[in-house]
Amino acid sequence: MKRFKLISLLVAAVFLVTAGLAVAGTLADVKAKGYISVGVNEGMVGFSKPDEKGVWRGLDVDTARAISISVFGTPDKLKFVPLTAKTRFTALQSGEIDVLTRNCTQTLGRETALGLAFAHVNYYDGQGFLVPKKLGIKSAKELDGATVCVLPGTTTELNVADFFRANGMKMKPVVIESTPELTKAFFAGRCDVLTSDASQLASHRSIARDPNDYIILPEIISKEPLAPVVRHGDDNWYDIVNFSVLALIAAEELGITSRNVDAMLKSKDPKIQRFLGVSPGNGKALGIDENWAYKIVKHVGNYGEIFERNVGVNTPLKIERGLNAQWTNGGLMYAPPFK
Amino acid sequence: MTKENPDPKQTSPSGNVTFWYDPRKRAILYQLGVLAMVGLLGYYLVSNTLANLERQNIATGFGFLEKEASFEIGESLILYSAADKYARALMVGVLNTLLVSFIGVVLTVILGTFIGIARLSTNWLVSRLAAVYIEVFQDIPVLLQLFFWYAFFYEMLPGPRQALSPFSGVFLSNRGLVFAVPQFHPTHMYMAVAFLAGCICIYFLRRWARMRQAKTGMAFPIIRVSVVILILLPLLAWLAGGAPTKMSVPEFKAFNFQGGLNVSPEFTALLLGLVLYTAAFVAEAVRAGIQAVSKGQREAAMSIGLNTNQVLQLVILPQALRVIIPPLTSQMLSLTKNSSLAVAIGYPDFVSVAGTAINQTGQAIEGVAMIMIVYLFFSLSTSAFMNWYNKKIALVER
Repeated sequence: MKRFKLISLLVAAVFLVTAGLAVAGTLADVKAKGYISVGVNEGMVGFSKPDEKGVWRGLDVDTARAISISVFGTPDKLKFVPLTAKTRFTALQSGEIDVLTRNCTQTLGRETALGLAFAHVNYYDGQGFLVPKKLGIKSAKELDGATVCVLPGTTTELNVADFFRANGMKMKPVVIESTPELTKAFFAGRCDVLTSDASQLASHRSIARDPNDYIILPEIISKEPLAPVVRHGDDNWYDIVNFSVLALIAAEELGITSRNVDAMLKSKDPKIQRFLGVSPGNGKALGIDENWAYKIVKHVGNYGEIFERNVGVNTPLKIERGLNAQWTNGGLMYAPPFK
Repeated sequence: MTKENPDPKQTSPSGNVTFWYDPRKRAILYQLGVLAMVGLLGYYLVSNTLANLERQNIATGFGFLEKEASFEIGESLILYSAADKYARALMVGVLNTLLVSFIGVVLTVILGTFIGIARLSTNWLVSRLAAVYIEVFQDIPVLLQLFFWYAFFYEMLPGPRQALSPFSGVFLSNRGLVFAVPQFHPTHMYMAVAFLAGCICIYFLRRWARMRQAKTGMAFPIIRVSVVILILLPLLAWLAGGAPTKMSVPEFKAFNFQGGLNVSPEFTALLLGLVLYTAAFVAEAVRAGIQAVSKGQREAAMSIGLNTNQVLQLVILPQALRVIIPPLTSQMLSLTKNSSLAVAIGYPDFVSVAGTAINQTGQAIEGVAMIMIVYLFFSLSTSAFMNWYNKKIALVER
């Protein structure tokens, strides 16, 4: 009889645990545990990679820090979970992480069949090809018969197959799950070409023994809007993540930087007053502190600062703003009014 | 022996005890209760999963198998292109897993037996070398060994343009080993049929030889004759088919070798890693099996005039096999399961392909269920075969 009781207790416990997972909203969950679990790339210079002291750095990491500030007021309430391209969505769907800032491309399939919701794009990208200079190739159309290194479970994997099919060319993929292992194989010559988003290629090239030995081919074969992702169906949490990204973009447009943000508190411009929470309303609407946007800019800077610090022309990645410039400068970064 | 009935009331079949005090009925009741709970738990898990999937708007069902896969796979035993369906892509993965597991198991058994016997050699150097091999390969995690072999192949070997060519028509580079193979010809089919016919011949020849030996005591050189039959019959078929000699020779074109047969570094690294690792365990099982046969058996066999080979073949191995087979089975299973580590070094096995399918379609539950079913099927059929074999060689007491 004792064993019987034990079994029924166990069963009841399982019921409680699994049922508990399903109810509360993400914001309440996150506040209760005191940190945000954020899925990031396991190693991609400029986007997310721990530095030599073990501190995570990069554009995606700074986006996550902005979300942490929105919720907790400080940029460090984050638990980084390094994920491969293959495991990232399952980790989000199953509730292992609360938000995914891992250079993920927004697609129709992922929004619908995968049950995900993409926040505002934090990097407009496109897929390209990285080849050794000594191959003497000038165009992706000359790649017929090439061996191609590619990450599994990415839009890239599908795009490259489409591109070769559309141009009547053959390819042989080498598919390795971990990014560092894949790039190692490419630099050792296992593949003729490495394909990925152009930003990633710039990142990988920067860690080559001699970055000048490699070129990125001129063809960009796809659109890759990269954005933070949350689970479908939690609108409040989605809004917080979405507006954390948008606050970075709006701050740049309003001319607010981490250096002048304190001075800006005295600005007479009602748009800036509303943005920084001097005239309240935005914070309450999102269910967070009124000075959230002020703190984001104060701690991590505006989008332009983040871009230049992590991937800009003065970093080893040497990426121009291009599509990621403000709409006022011919780019696509465009935040809605903060009112 | 008669049963003891300390309290005749409790076990009386006439039913004059209360239901609760009848241990047999109570046992049935308990089992029904447990069964109901397992059923309830299963129902709860399934319905909870479905509800959660529904709430998060995640698509369910196996409909995705009919959709176009639109991703390429590096190597395949059957024709496959990105325009094929997911079902076919997954089939490619299953066949790749089968290929590496099958070749791996065969090589592991051969190498493991060899090293296990070497471990017991009276030659000090041979037995020490075998011991070192076993300790080294057993103690390093197999994933590390896979990374090592893979990195070894792509770091050490030259690019395809500077490929090593030890013989004409054979090229070794970091794209793998490429060698010339005979171009397909209908005669090859007849040669395969001739080979099969040879196998059947040998089966009956062996039966006849055994019966003759039992009757007359005369031995028949069965191994030598078998080898001759297996070579001669296909050779005759080849000559009868006009002796086609056209070869498909690999040629370097633009980026890679075209033609010939290509053994990729991913496949080789995976096979080598798995075989070397598992063979160390098999060697220990073989050593244990041989040592389990008592010394008297060997001495008795030698005293009736059998030579060393005959002692091993007729007396030691048949008894040792009984001890070896069960652990050997579990090593074969572990090799098959470990082959899923392929995903780390880029060999497109079933887990790798299914993983990509899961990610592209979002059907994680269906995908993982398929992975489980496929590996369960592999494991159950391996153990079914090994159990049959185990029963066949089991000690028949007379």
